Amino acid sequence: SNGKKAGEERRRQRERGKKAPTKDQKESENEGRRTNKKGKEGENKQKKDRKTSTSSASSNSSEEESLAEEELAMLMEQVEQKKKLISTMRNKPWRMVKKLSVLREAQAFVEKFEGALGKGKGKKLYAYKMMMAKKWVKFKRDFDNFKTQCIPWEMKIKEVESHFGSSVASYFIFLRWMYGVNLVLFGLIFGLVIIPEVLMGMPYGSMPRKTVPRAEQATAMDFSVLWDFEGYIKYSALFYGYYNNQRTIGWLKYRLPMAYFMVGISVFGYSLMVVIRSMARNANENTADGDDDNFIFSWKMFTSWDYLIGNPETADNKFASITTSFKESIVDEQESNKDENIHLRRFLRVLANVLIICCLCGSGYLIYFVVKRSQTFSKMQNVGWYERNEVEIVMSLLGMFCPPLFETIAALENYHPRIGLKWQLGRIFALFLGNLYTFLLALMDDVNEKLAEEDVVKNITRWTLLGHHNSSAGNGSTATPPPLDPADVPRGPCWETTVGIEFVRLTVSDILVTYITILVGDFIRACFVRFMNYCWCWDLEAGFPSYAEFDISGNVLGLVFNQGMIWMGSFYAPGLVGINVLRLLTSMYFQCWAVMSSNVPHERVFKASKSNNFYMGLLLLILFLSLLPVAYTIMSLPPSFDCGPFSGKKRMYEVIQETIELDFPLFVAKIFSYVANPGLIIPAILLMVLAIYYLNAVAEAYQRANAELKKKMQMQREEEKNKRNNKASTNPALQDLEDLLTPSTKSESHPKQAEDKKIESPNKTSPVGKEGRAAALDGSPTTGGRGAAFTPPPHVFVTQPPTLGLRPPYPGQPRPRGHPMGPVPGRGRGQPRCSYPA
Amino acid sequence: MGNKQTIFTPEQLDAYQDNPFRQRIAEVFSEDGDGNMTLDDFLDMFSVLSEMAPRDLKAYYAFKIYDFNNDDYICKSDLEKTVNKLTRNELTPEEVNLVCEKVIYEADVDNDGKLSLEDFQHMIIRAPDFL
Repeated sequence: SNGKKAGEERRRQRERGKKAPTKDQKESENEGRRTNKKGKEGENKQKKDRKTSTSSASSNSSEEESLAEEELAMLMEQVEQKKKLISTMRNKPWRMVKKLSVLREAQAFVEKFEGALGKGKGKKLYAYKMMMAKKWVKFKRDFDNFKTQCIPWEMKIKEVESHFGSSVASYFIFLRWMYGVNLVLFGLIFGLVIIPEVLMGMPYGSMPRKTVPRAEQATAMDFSVLWDFEGYIKYSALFYGYYNNQRTIGWLKYRLPMAYFMVGISVFGYSLMVVIRSMARNANENTADGDDDNFIFSWKMFTSWDYLIGNPETADNKFASITTSFKESIVDEQESNKDENIHLRRFLRVLANVLIICCLCGSGYLIYFVVKRSQTFSKMQNVGWYERNEVEIVMSLLGMFCPPLFETIAALENYHPRIGLKWQLGRIFALFLGNLYTFLLALMDDVNEKLAEEDVVKNITRWTLLGHHNSSAGNGSTATPPPLDPADVPRGPCWETTVGIEFVRLTVSDILVTYITILVGDFIRACFVRFMNYCWCWDLEAGFPSYAEFDISGNVLGLVFNQGMIWMGSFYAPGLVGINVLRLLTSMYFQCWAVMSSNVPHERVFKASKSNNFYMGLLLLILFLSLLPVAYTIMSLPPSFDCGPFSGKKRMYEVIQETIELDFPLFVAKIFSYVANPGLIIPAILLMVLAIYYLNAVAEAYQRANAELKKKMQMQREEEKNKRNNKASTNPALQDLEDLLTPSTKSESHPKQAEDKKIESPNKTSPVGKEGRAAALDGSPTTGGRGAAFTPPPHVFVTQPPTLGLRPPYPGQPRPRGHPMGPVPGRGRGQPRCSYPA
Repeated sequence: MGNKQTIFTPEQLDAYQDNPFRQRIAEVFSEDGDGNMTLDDFLDMFSVLSEMAPRDLKAYYAFKIYDFNNDDYICKSDLEKTVNKLTRNELTPEEVNLVCEKVIYEADVDNDGKLSLEDFQHMIIRAPDFL
């Protein structure tokens, strides 16, 4: 290395002072890479001395020289290099002392010459730009920190996670996400529909649709009436019927009916976009690591400890869960080697499925029966509280008792817990879906009846108004007739408000049932087990009933279905989303408390990270299913004649046509009429179908290519293992000679191996890796003998790429160092090449 | 320096003593390999353990931490020590043996019976919840 230093000095004196520091720096960098990472102190000191000497040399020479064009470019390049060094400094595994000194030197250099660069082209502007760039980076970092701090409930969820594991925490993360979505929807509806109507529309009592009818006014403030969402609540901005059909309201000329319609559509549009975006993000993360079940045990060993635990109790839990998880993997491993009686298993599974289908049909029929009965009840006069709420009660009871029933039947099936969970979720989903659609069918019957009633009421209203005018005209001849008090006008049945009320009542009863279930099922049970254990015959904590485990699947499905009902009902009851936001907020706190105080961690702990897309898939399905009824009613049912923003029109979507005709210039109407032509729409749909097919084919092709590559990697690994096994006994020197004498096959496999390595770790070929290999090569004793084996045939060495003699898995390694490949006999470079492995 | 508590009672300190690898972390980041750190070593440790450190750097230091005997390889005895520290000696020796063998089978690419830095890096880079 002395010879090298001499060469460097000479080179430095030959070239200009400014260029030397960089080249020197690069050389020292390369030096740093090649030497052992453990950092010999002497080496460091030497480098520091050299650096200080070069920096002093540069500071002397910079002042007097004037900057010519090429020097400017050269200088810029050096500055860029230094900047790159600064930015990648973090990735280098050097000691902190070394890093700090190199960093300071590079920063000093950049500062000194950045200003100098500006002399040529307007120093102030350049310096200003640099400063702005730095400030921008700092601002972005601060903003990121701020954003992370703004995420609500992070500590709460972490606490739950540290006690119960990631699957329970994933439910709460899902809940938080739903809360965010609902908040946005609420903002849309509240800001664009409710507020304008309340501020700029006609006040309460001014129109028939906004007033409680005379007949009901006596009881309109009673709590029981309000609880049923009748009375004053029914005639408020919470429901569809309140809104006026005036085309523009207020001095802003705000088009309320149009806004109502567009907000209704955009609620679905936004939800769809957000769900699909979330699914795509999850799918990306999944394919990034693939299903690498190759490393189960290794990952368990090296990544299972959570370094963020700061609580001894939690640490105990974590130790226990790690132990359990190891035991479970061991059991899994052993079970996969076992053979089972397949026929018995199949029979049991078929039996279980038959039983469950019976249950589902039974529950569907029960709901249908109950809904039909409620229709006959509504015709009766004095109905008790039970009869009025029978439908909701039955649905809630079914939702409470069927899932545990399914679970006990599923015990017959003997699946792996993760698969069993998916089956359970699917069945509960089918149950809720059946219930919901039966409910909707019954509701549709109701709506049709109301529509028939409307015609009758329309006539009555007209005659009443006529009669009133005649009578008032009879009293005073020329005076304008006093308007009929809005409370006295006969009212139509307003089916949209009825539908809205039904959904709101269903939601509220669902909320109540959920909270009461948690309170009784978890909290009271925990209290009972805890306190009665002292005076009970058998051990309550270990046997029945013991503490409850957190039911992830039930809770997630409840959340998903609740959201489905919100989507369905929000068009007819704009206030529903607000109620849901409140519900989610309180639910978060309530359930966090309940989980921490009354639940115990699951016995079998398994990772739930991949189920996230499953939940999103369910949500997407529910979104489509809840879009259908709303779209159907918008398209095919006529709106009520005297309530809501679309009253008086034949169909609700006519508001769009009206707006286009009246508010937009003529050509827009023409454009829309062309676009709406079926001749244009059908080819567009065909085109989209073709695009989907094409993208599907491309995705499949990529997947196949992926699988092939993985197989190739596997095979290579097996090959290497076999080779190692076979050759473990032979002389390493002989082996090297053998390798050298078969260059053709090796050079063919090299590009493939290099390519595979590149594909394997595209962005992760890091200096660390290279350093590691270098260190392993240089420092470890095992390759020392191999290094000795190199020196005998130097002539072969310089004609072949030096990689052949080294371990075959790392062919691409010396190349990035810039050593020229191929024969280089003439230069004195042969010297360092032989010496570097030593 | 304000009214933050700077002197901890032994009981409070005990509450933070649960990391099973605390001894190894101190050893790896210290100058003399014995657990005594200068300020720069301390900074180094936190810089590597922070969220913003790149995965390769973390993988490199993780390898050093799990290499109990400092021979640049994670051999079977290192693995056994790791497992016992993680489970506080709750597993039976056969189970420990099985786990170690599985790990070596899964991650050892060059088949020398122990994990080198490359094996370790290759395996840990894909792990979804690595640090």
